[in-house]
Formats: sequence, structure tokens, C-alpha cells
Amino acid sequence: MSSDLVKLLLTGTQETLYMVIISSIIAFLLGVPIGVLLVVSDKGGIFPLLKVNKIVGIVINVIRSMPEIILIIILLPLAKLIVGTTLGANAAIISISIGSAPLLARIIENSLKEVEFGKIEAAESMGATPFEIIKKVLLPEALPSIVRGITIAIIGIIGFTAIAGAIGAGGLGSLAIRFGYQRFRTDVLIGTVIILVVIVQSIQLIGDFIAKLINKKRFKFE
Amino acid sequence: MITVKNVSKTFNTPTGKVEVLKNINLTVENGDIFGIIGFSGAGKSTLIRCLNGLEKPDFGNILIGENEITKLNRKELRNSRKKIGMIFQQFNLFDSRTVYENVAFPLEISGYKKDKIKERVEEILELVELSEKKDSYPLQLSGGQKQRVGIARALANEPDVLLSDEATSALDPQTTFSILELLKNINKRLNLTIVIITHELDVLRYCTNNMVVLEDGHIVEQGNTENLFLNPNSDTLKKFINITEGFQKNRKFSGGEGI
Repeated sequence: MSSDLVKLLLTGTQETLYMVIISSIIAFLLGVPIGVLLVVSDKGGIFPLLKVNKIVGIVINVIRSMPEIILIIILLPLAKLIVGTTLGANAAIISISIGSAPLLARIIENSLKEVEFGKIEAAESMGATPFEIIKKVLLPEALPSIVRGITIAIIGIIGFTAIAGAIGAGGLGSLAIRFGYQRFRTDVLIGTVIILVVIVQSIQLIGDFIAKLINKKRFKFE
Repeated sequence: MITVKNVSKTFNTPTGKVEVLKNINLTVENGDIFGIIGFSGAGKSTLIRCLNGLEKPDFGNILIGENEITKLNRKELRNSRKKIGMIFQQFNLFDSRTVYENVAFPLEISGYKKDKIKERVEEILELVELSEKKDSYPLQLSGGQKQRVGIARALANEPDVLLSDEATSALDPQTTFSILELLKNINKRLNLTIVIITHELDVLRYCTNNMVVLEDGHIVEQGNTENLFLNPNSDTLKKFINITEGFQKNRKFSGGEGI
């Protein structure tokens, strides 16, 4: 293995991990509240706001129906506004996190909807406020499912960063395109693929492990 | 005292409007164990949910003590609910919380301090005889134990009224008996008013003093439980009694008495 290959892959991996971690955190901070909003504001929810629910639902569907590469391009002006450039990892992070937040919101929505209505009704019968129900019932009860959902979202974000690499974001995606594809460096191409597989596998394993650990503590065996 | 005056409720369903409660009037005295019986779909669950405002009647008034449940805004309603405990057929415990934390829930949301919560939870777990299970999770418990946690949780805030929504319907006969014993015991010790809805005749016969019979959303009969059992007038109550007796008369074999 040539030393330039190692150096390329190392930098690429660092850039990818940087983008994935920061994007995941921002997507999480945006997606969780939106997911909660979707559930509580729905008809029969603990704080029904049907118009808000409908509008948020439509916005999410619009963003989610766009191909990722187009979404990145559309969000570039926003990236320029926030980080001052359309190139590099930081610009990509803006696009990726805003582009992934709707997926995360839907995943959180799904998880929260699995919580039995009876538990929510019990909390209501004890005089809990909507905020207390969210914090003390909905989120804790759905936690194992949320962890699994977040795992899926992070893996989606890894794919997203690879695509962002195509338009100058750096990372393993850009490495695969610039070296592997345009300069016929098969070793670089194979290297990036192996690293991506390892990253995705590790995240899946960690996610499954955490979800199982929580369930085991609660004596819920799968 | 619980007073229900002219309460009606209609649900809009995809197949049209369904009148689930029709002009309901009833009174429950303080310290009473009061039963509501009816077949499935008679409106029992809706009626009991109106008592703590989980459902809002279209017409009529509901008073719990001096408190007019039907006139309260959201915040006032939440505060009133803290004094109305409720237990459920499916227990509805929080799987993410231990027995201790489940019972602590109503105290947490009432803003009690940690040491006060500890004191109260331990006291109430002793009452339902579950002290040694305080660090267990609901999924480790049997049905009867789960319902005891449900009762402890409902009583933690020292309510004036306890609503029981088919609380024994998912339990075996022996466990049902022990839960009813517990409810009777609590009623006596705390002078707590208990409203029980059920489709099990034995539950009514065993622990209620007064009852109403609900049929198709209206009350067809009400009064002292013993009197009603001795002289049932409504078709529904007669049917309930006949079915129960029919099971006894038409047994495939006799025996088993006095075990």
C-alpha cells in the first residue's frame, strides 16, 4: 500500500467523520422537535394543532421528495449565507443536516406513535401537561425505537456526505470520485468502499447494542 | 359527592353519528363504592372518562365535590385530575420506569420534593403490599402485581375519587378477588369514593353498594346493588343475571363446590 493512498484515505475518513458527526447532531437537534411536533399536533394528539401539523407535514414531504444531489444544490445559497462559502465540509454540513432533518423527524414520529395510547391517557388522567407527557412518557417509552431510528438516519447521512463529495465537500465520497473515478485509481476506490462499509457496520452494531441494552434493563426481550 | 346531570355525548364516526351517552343522571355519595355495568358498547368507558374530563360531554354538567369538571379550562382540569385517580384494564404502566418511579410519577408532576416523594411512595407501596418490588420494572410483574402498581400510582396523590375502568377484566379470578379486596380495604381505610365500571356481575356483587345499569347509552336502572340483584327490572340486568346463572345451571358436570 503506497503511503499517498494511506494519507488520502486518512484525510478522507477524517473529513467524512467530521461531516457525519456534526450533521447528525444538527439534524438530531432539528429533527427530534419536529418529530415530536408531528405527533402531538396530530388529530387525537396531546396538543392538536391540525393546521400546523399539515403544513409541517407538507414541507417535510417536499424536502424528502427531492433527490439528495439536487437538495444539496438548492441549499447551497443558504450554506453561503451561514458559513460564507459553498465549498468544503462546513458548507456541506448545512445542506446535509437540513436535508436529513425531515427523515429524522419522520423516524421520531414513527417511534413515538408506537407508544400505546393508554399510557398517554394514564398520564393525562394524572394531570400531566403536554410537555410533561413528552418528556416523561413519550420519549422515554419510545427510547429503544428512537435509538434504532437514529442509527438508520446516521447511516443515511453517511450516504449523503458521499454524495456531497461530488460537489466539492471533501471526504471519502469526493475521494472516490476525484481519484477512483476520474484518475482511474482503483486502489483509492476500493479503499473508500471498505472504509465506508466498516463505518456503517460499526454504527449499526453500536445502535443495535444500545437499543438492546435499554430493552434488557426494562426486561423487554426481543 | 359526584353529580352527573343530563349528560349527553355523540361521537362522529365514519359510518355516521353515534349517540354514546343519552341524558345520564346519577349521584355518587362520598365514600361509596359505585358500580356501572353494561354490555360492550353501552357507553361505560365514555361515561367514566367524562368524570375526569378525558372526554367532554356535549351537554350536561359533572360535579366532583364543588368542582364543576365540565366548566374548567385545561389548566384547572389538570389540577382537578390530580385529585381523581384512575386505573385501567391494561394497567398502562410506564415500561421505562421502575415500580417506584411509576408511583412517583404523579408526585413528580405535582412538584413534590425528592424526600417527600420517597416517603409517600414507600408508604403507598406498603399499602398495596409491593414494597419488595420497588426496583422491578413492569415487564417483570404478574398481572395482579401490575394492577397493584396501577392502584398505588392512582392513590399516590391522595385523591378524593378513584375511577376503575375494567380494572380486573384482564385478571384471573383469584387475582381479581385480591384486587377487589384491596379496593374495599382502601375504601374503608381512606374513605375514598370509588367508581367501578365492569361487565362482570361478580365484581359488582362483591364490592359495590350502589350501581347503575347502562344500556345503549342510557341508564335503565339504578339503586342499591342488593335490591337490584334481588329485583332486576331491566332486560340488561336480567340478561346479565341469567347468563351468569345459565353458566352455573348448564354446567357439563357438577362438583367443585366448597373448594
